[in-house]
Parts: sequence; C-alpha cells; structure tokens
Amino acid sequence: MSEHQTSLNFRENSARAVEDASLRAAMRNAADTFGTRRSAAFAAIPDLEALRDKASELRMQVLDNLPALLEQFSSNATRAGATVHRAHDAAAARETILTLLQERGVRMAAKGKSMISEEIGLNAHLQAAGIEVVETDLGEYIIQLEGETPSHIIVPAIHKNRQQVGKLFAERLHVPYSDDPQVLTKIARRVMREKFLAADAGISGANFAIAESGSLVLFSNEGNGRMVTSVPPLHIAILSLEKILPRLADLPTFIRLLPRSATGQAITSYLSLITGTRKPGEATGAKELHIVVLDNGRSEILAGECREMLKCIRCGACMNVCPVYRTVGGHAYGWTYPGPMGMVLTTLLTGMKKSYPLVDASTLCGACVEVCPVRIPLVPLILKLREQKVNQGLSDPKEVFGMRLFGAAARNPELFYWGERVSRLFWPLIRKLGGKDVAGRLPEPSGRPFHRRMP
Amino acid sequence: MRVQLFGTCMVDSLFPEVGDATLRLLEHFGVDVAYPHGQTCCGQPAFNAGYRAQARGAAEHFLSRFTGSDPIVTPSGSCAAMVKHHYPELFQDAPQLLEKANGVAARIFEMSQFLVRVLHAHESTYRGTGTLTYHASCHLTRTLGVKEEPLLLIAALRGMQFVPMPDASRCCGFGGTFMAKLPEISCAIADEKAQSIMESGADTVTGCDSACLMNIADALKRRGSTVRVVHLVQLLAEGI
Repeated sequence: MSEHQTSLNFRENSARAVEDASLRAAMRNAADTFGTRRSAAFAAIPDLEALRDKASELRMQVLDNLPALLEQFSSNATRAGATVHRAHDAAAARETILTLLQERGVRMAAKGKSMISEEIGLNAHLQAAGIEVVETDLGEYIIQLEGETPSHIIVPAIHKNRQQVGKLFAERLHVPYSDDPQVLTKIARRVMREKFLAADAGISGANFAIAESGSLVLFSNEGNGRMVTSVPPLHIAILSLEKILPRLADLPTFIRLLPRSATGQAITSYLSLITGTRKPGEATGAKELHIVVLDNGRSEILAGECREMLKCIRCGACMNVCPVYRTVGGHAYGWTYPGPMGMVLTTLLTGMKKSYPLVDASTLCGACVEVCPVRIPLVPLILKLREQKVNQGLSDPKEVFGMRLFGAAARNPELFYWGERVSRLFWPLIRKLGGKDVAGRLPEPSGRPFHRRMP
Repeated sequence: MRVQLFGTCMVDSLFPEVGDATLRLLEHFGVDVAYPHGQTCCGQPAFNAGYRAQARGAAEHFLSRFTGSDPIVTPSGSCAAMVKHHYPELFQDAPQLLEKANGVAARIFEMSQFLVRVLHAHESTYRGTGTLTYHASCHLTRTLGVKEEPLLLIAALRGMQFVPMPDASRCCGFGGTFMAKLPEISCAIADEKAQSIMESGADTVTGCDSACLMNIADALKRRGSTVRVVHLVQLLAEGI
C-alpha cells in the first residue's frame, strides 16, 4: 500500500520473482487465460476496434473538461441525496472516511474491490483505529487473509494457485483442506454473507461516475459490489477524479469494452448504477451515501505531458500481455498498480524519485498499446518518463558515460569504427568485465565488419 | 532500380554475414545497391533509454549520409521503425531537419517489406530443407506494421516446411538496453521464447531483426538446443 512503496527495489524484487517457479507458473497461466479470452472476444466482433477510437475520444473529452464535469457530478449527486467530499491527497481521504465511520460508531465495514483504497492505504488506517474491514471480493479476501496486496488490478490474487488458497483457508478459517475452486468459493461465500449482514457500513470504489445524473457505476462479477453498496445503512464510495463520464449515453461504449478487455467476458455479471440514497418506497439501497473524490496528484498529471494516462479505465489488459509483468508478477512493482499502466501511473503519482527504476521495466514491445481499449500511448509515455529520468540525473553514472560516448561515436564514423575495432581487440576482457548475463550473451564482434566489405 | 543500403550497427560489427546476404539478394533482383560510407547507428539505443540529445545527434548524422531520393533498405525491423516513426518526432522544433527526416521516413524500407512490396520477390522460389519457424519481432510487427511480408517470403522457400511457434509475436526479451538493465527478466522472457521455438519442433528459427535473433540464439544455447538461428535474408540468399 501507499505507505510501503518498494518501487526503488524493482530489480531486486523482480530478480527474486523470476526465481519463484510457482509464481511464474501461476502468472503465465492466468495472464495467458485472460489475454487469450480478450483476443477471442475482440476477434469475434470487428467493430470493437472502432469502438476503441470512440472510447479514446470520449475519455479525452472528459480530461479536457474535467473541472466542469466534476462540478456537475457533485451537484447532481448531492441533489440525489449523496454527500460529496473532495480529498486532495491520500491522508485527507483516509481521514474523511475514518471520521465518517467513527461519527456513526461503525465497528465493521464490508468492502468491495477498490484499487483506490489500496492506493491510499485505507484498510491499515481503519484497522489501526479499531474498525474491522472485510474484503468481499474473493480475490481481495484471499490476499487479505494472507496479509498481502493485490498483484493485478482486476485479479488481485492472480499470483496464487488453488493449492495455496486451499492451504490458506484451511489454516485461517479452520476448514478441511480442499483445492476445488467451487468448494473454496462456497466457504468464502458463507463467511462473507455473515459479514455483509453484520456490517455497519459498506465501502466501495467505482468504475465510472456519470456527471449528468450524479450516478456511480460499478462493474462486478461476484455480486459483492451490489451487496456492499445496498445492504449496510451507510455506503462510502471512493472515486478518483478522472473516472467521470459526461452522460449515461456514454456508458454503453464502456459496458462493451471494459469486461471484454479485462477478462474477455461479453458483459459483466453485475452492473450497478447507484444514484443517491434509498428513496421512500425503495426496498434496498444505502440510507446514507458519501462519495469521496480523490485527487492525490491527478490534477498535476492532468496539467502535464503525460495526461493521457488518466484515460485509463483499469481493465488490466496491458498487464496480461506484458512480457515483463507476466514474468515477475505485480508485487515486484512495489506499489498499488503494476504492469505497463502501473509503471507509468506509479511514476506519475508517487514521483520519479520514489519510482524511477520502474521506467526501465519495459522492453518497449508495444503489446500493451495493441490492446489498450482507450488507446493510451503507453510506449510513448514510457519513453517520455525515461527522458525525464535522464534529465533529472537519476540514471546510473556508468550508463550516462556510456551514452555520451555512444552519442559522440554515432556522429563520428572514425570514432564509431575505432570503437568496433577496440571492442573486437579487447573482447575477452569486455566479456569478463561485462558479466555473463550481459556481455556473455553477445557474440564476438567480427574481424571484418560489414562496412569494410563494401566498396 | 537503385537503393541505398543501411547496414545497421549490429550487422556491421556482429552479423556482417546478414549484410552480405542482403546485398546478394538485392543484386540478384537486379537492384543497384549504393552503400553510403560513414554510416553508423540509427540512434535507437539512446532514444529508447531516454537520451534524446544523443539520439538526435545520431539521427542528424544519418540524415547527412542518406541524401537523395532512392529508397533506403535495411535488414532490421526496429531500425526501420526508428527512422520511419521516431526521426520526425525528434525534429519537431527544427523545420529544415524535419523536412529531411520526413524524407528518409518516407523512403525507408525494412528488407522483407522491400522484397515483397517493391520487388515482388515472394513470387520467385528459393531452395531450402528442413522445418522452419518464425519469430515476429515487436517493432517490425507492431511499430512498422510488417506482418504478412516475412510469411509470404517463407512460403516461397520450397522444400522447407513452415511450423508456426506459439505466440510468435510475443517479445523475445531483448529490448535494447533492457537486456543489460534487467538481465534476470530479459533472460527469463528469452527462455520462454526458446521454449516456444523448441515446442514448434522446427530445426531452424528465423526473423527479421538481428538483435532479437541474437538474444534467441543465446537462450536456445543455454537450453542446449541445436535449433539453427538465422536471419530471413540469409535463408533466402542461400536458396537463390
């Protein structure tokens, strides 16, 4: 969570992950499954490609008009009975939520899946104040039991196999061991149902917020999202400010794109639109609704060169196809968001000084760009961040020296060819000093380079 | 027809035989090949690592060597992509250089692209034996959009049976300076690529980027594989 960022140790984290055979197998299986399902879903409906253009344009329009749209959302949500709070940073959001819960004497909160709550370190903060927080998304519940953080934004426990989950449940819930996913799901459901009924408050995220109606939109597959937001008397929704869509009519584009991009599903199992509080005569819905709109650095991103990152709708498609992510898993990235979108967003939100090793976590293969439903130019953004890292003097001095030398040689053929000759001459030494995992992977330079073969 | 040959730094120093094969193929099709002397590197290592000034220096040098209006041909998907897509970006603030950059961007071809689109070389046949699989390198397929051309040429290799590998367009893990900065991940990704190649059952693997092929050859060697790794232009030149 936000307090324990280890992005600076990306190389060490990832070297360790590479050695973890069960993690690698789990990652390969899961990422490939979702990646394959996504390709199948897109191959089946050709006009989804055109829909990506539309989605990208819509999200761009939102970014261009964000302050006005937020204003509109707030006033419409307020009119529908909600209370809207603006939180400038993580601490403000945590405090707002804690105060709301304490003022109402809440002792237990049931939580729907929310990456924003991970970003602000909400669970730890509430638990330290004596409030029990129960994750109700199955994947989130698993990692909460394990004391871990999500390693994927859609599939939080993607790094775990069912045997590990079976063992965890047996130990923590004192149930007989089983690695049958159906049995395990039933156990979790039984535990959770009691929690839902006993919870004094529900805390959720939101996939989108509709400006013209003040509605929150939640996509969920397990139904827990709907339980959390409608069973307890108090519902607190936490929302990052870029999640706005102008009109309800904009939503269908994303209803079609988001589940297909995320898991390859044609449609999500539960789609909830929550507009204000429970009205007279309605049987369900929270009696009190608070919406916390989080900035936490996003206004700054919006004003900068990498603003397109805020188009992201958190589908996770980029991570499923990323060769780096599927090799090292999400925890190596050291903060809330992993994979290509994560390396960019983490660097933007937490600052280059806290995360610069992440900008190297890409081969620039472009697989992420190929699948992003809102066409975020992830590779150009990564290049932009690498440039910023270099300009801020955060690169390894040896690399800086090497690149200066390269730059001089690239514009001076004599120096360039001299460099080729020297590297040939000293190859045994270079090979030795360059280490077996770097120089050891290169072949010996030729004694007769191509330019000398040409008339 | 006349072309200018951009050998690339990798071919120049590490794989000159790829340059030889490129030349031989072009001449086979009656192309008059000029080699602008003093050419160095397209600047990609610096560009991809965030060293914009150095990349721009390399690009300016390229522009000074590759003048005129003949097509430029290069046996590398990623170098062609650099010239075509990133050179114009580098000179947005310098109109004269931008014009030149747009010029080279418009006339650069990756070799398989030139063979198919301009020379229709896939309508000829080439001799070959054994089984062949193909690695679709990242910048070739995703930046340059060259997907079909290498496959058309492979289909023209008579006597060679094509066996696709799983996830042919997944990255090999090279990534330029990535291989040196994060070697553990780079090797792990390359190992998976080697695994895919071995699963295909082919006795030869080919591609259109020497850097990726180099990385793949190393990963295969680590696994004790005897699969031959060879640039597509070499296979074609051998089979003329």
